[in-house]
Amino acid sequence: MHEVAGTTPEGDFIINVGPQHPATHGVLHLVITLEGETIKKIEPHLGYIHRSIEKMCESLTYRQFIYVTSRMDYLSAHINNHACALCVEKGLQVEVPLRAQYIRVMMDELTRIASHELWWGALAMDVGAFTPFFYAFRERETINEIMEETCGARLTMNYMVPGGVMADIHPQFQQKVNFFIALYKKKIEEYNELVTGNIIFQNRMKGVGFLSAENAISYGCSGPVARASGVACDVRKRYPYDVYEQVQFEEVIETGGDSFARYLVRIREMEQSVHIIEQLIDNIPEGDFQAKTKAVLKLPKGEFYQRVETARGELGVYIVSEGGTTPYRIKFRSPGFSNLSALNEMAKGGKIGDLVATMGTLDLVIPDIDR
Amino acid sequence: MSIQQYIQDVYGAIKSLLKGMCVTGYYFLHPKEIITEQYPDNRATLKLAERFKGEVVMLHDENNEHACTGCTACELACPNGTIKIITQFDITPEGKKKKALNTFVYHLELCTMCNLCVEACPTGAIVMAQNFEHSVYDRKQLIKTLNKPGSKLRAGVE
Repeated sequence: MHEVAGTTPEGDFIINVGPQHPATHGVLHLVITLEGETIKKIEPHLGYIHRSIEKMCESLTYRQFIYVTSRMDYLSAHINNHACALCVEKGLQVEVPLRAQYIRVMMDELTRIASHELWWGALAMDVGAFTPFFYAFRERETINEIMEETCGARLTMNYMVPGGVMADIHPQFQQKVNFFIALYKKKIEEYNELVTGNIIFQNRMKGVGFLSAENAISYGCSGPVARASGVACDVRKRYPYDVYEQVQFEEVIETGGDSFARYLVRIREMEQSVHIIEQLIDNIPEGDFQAKTKAVLKLPKGEFYQRVETARGELGVYIVSEGGTTPYRIKFRSPGFSNLSALNEMAKGGKIGDLVATMGTLDLVIPDIDR
Repeated sequence: MSIQQYIQDVYGAIKSLLKGMCVTGYYFLHPKEIITEQYPDNRATLKLAERFKGEVVMLHDENNEHACTGCTACELACPNGTIKIITQFDITPEGKKKKALNTFVYHLELCTMCNLCVEACPTGAIVMAQNFEHSVYDRKQLIKTLNKPGSKLRAGVE
């Protein structure tokens, strides 16, 4: 039984952060052992938003279960749906039309930018700067409008289906995305002036929350958290899916390992995402947006695994099929869970005032951790 | 830390702060760049995307006819049990029994707007509508019957 309040026999102080704390961005509960102001140990307690999505998926068909995964990491809903669609396609051995692949990858990258925008605003708010939040949401709104127009929803789109995408892109899609790219290139300089170059922000970030490459690997960290520690782990480069093989982009790696390195990785990743969209947006091939699939999907008996790079790291979808219309077992490997487990290593020995900043750079989405 | 380093740090700090203040000041002087929508005051001019998924509706033409054959494809496609179709047997002029729609029950309170029912419909009888203001005081009001009273199947739709 964990002690969740009071003092330890050694005289250390135990406090709770969360589950209803604005800086934890959701119902995350941290039990922190403190010696003065220094953190000795952090224990995350999970389960406050557990909806048993994996069990729920077992009773849904291969078309139906995809919509549920939007509710895991709701900031990269498209990418979650993409992973599920790819995994089902692997089992069905369906060839996805090139047009659908282009649309999917562009939607993924737009989602990634939107997700990082929100993270950027929220992080700045965590460390005490309020205005960047509004600037970030202003640009994010442009992406949301694009999503609303093409997918019909702003956050939980359910746009990817096995075999392609649900509907063709809106006639104005290309024009709007080009407008966004031009706008974004202007605004990213503003972001850097406002936050990246700010001396107070840098002092809050530099040398804080250090995570070594060894620890990043042993805790299974992925995405920007691991790449900031110098671990090359971008799934888009290592195990390319859809048209990621054909596009040119740089795998952003920093070696600092501290909060500032994680910040820089995400900022630079946004630029790479814009670069990817730029290559695809004007060359969308003609053709179908969806491959012809049967009305009732049945996966052959076996096990299927697919990984994708979400805005937070590597998402794995593992389906065990018994040959029926519903999966026998589904397992999601979520990036947030592994990234959170490394928080103890990062914050140990640091001051409690730095904890919020460290947690902000982890970019935690709690429904993704709990599922 | 040397004196020179100290002065450099102070200079850098003031410079970075001023840079940030320039950005903030720019928006203070350019209120036209503010994009906040004054909902609900702008209801009259509010424009939603045509594909926006607000609720499921059934299309009726001017003769109060719809295209729903009562095949229950949407009911099977729905992941949440949002749709319940009650069918009846009509007698055709040839004296045969034919399955037809009696009541299309739509539970808006369970719907996640995933669009799978619209995709599944073979006759295009249901579509997504843009209405998004669904708040009511009693949740019973969210259980809707989509086919209008007295409506019947359009001729020629199988």
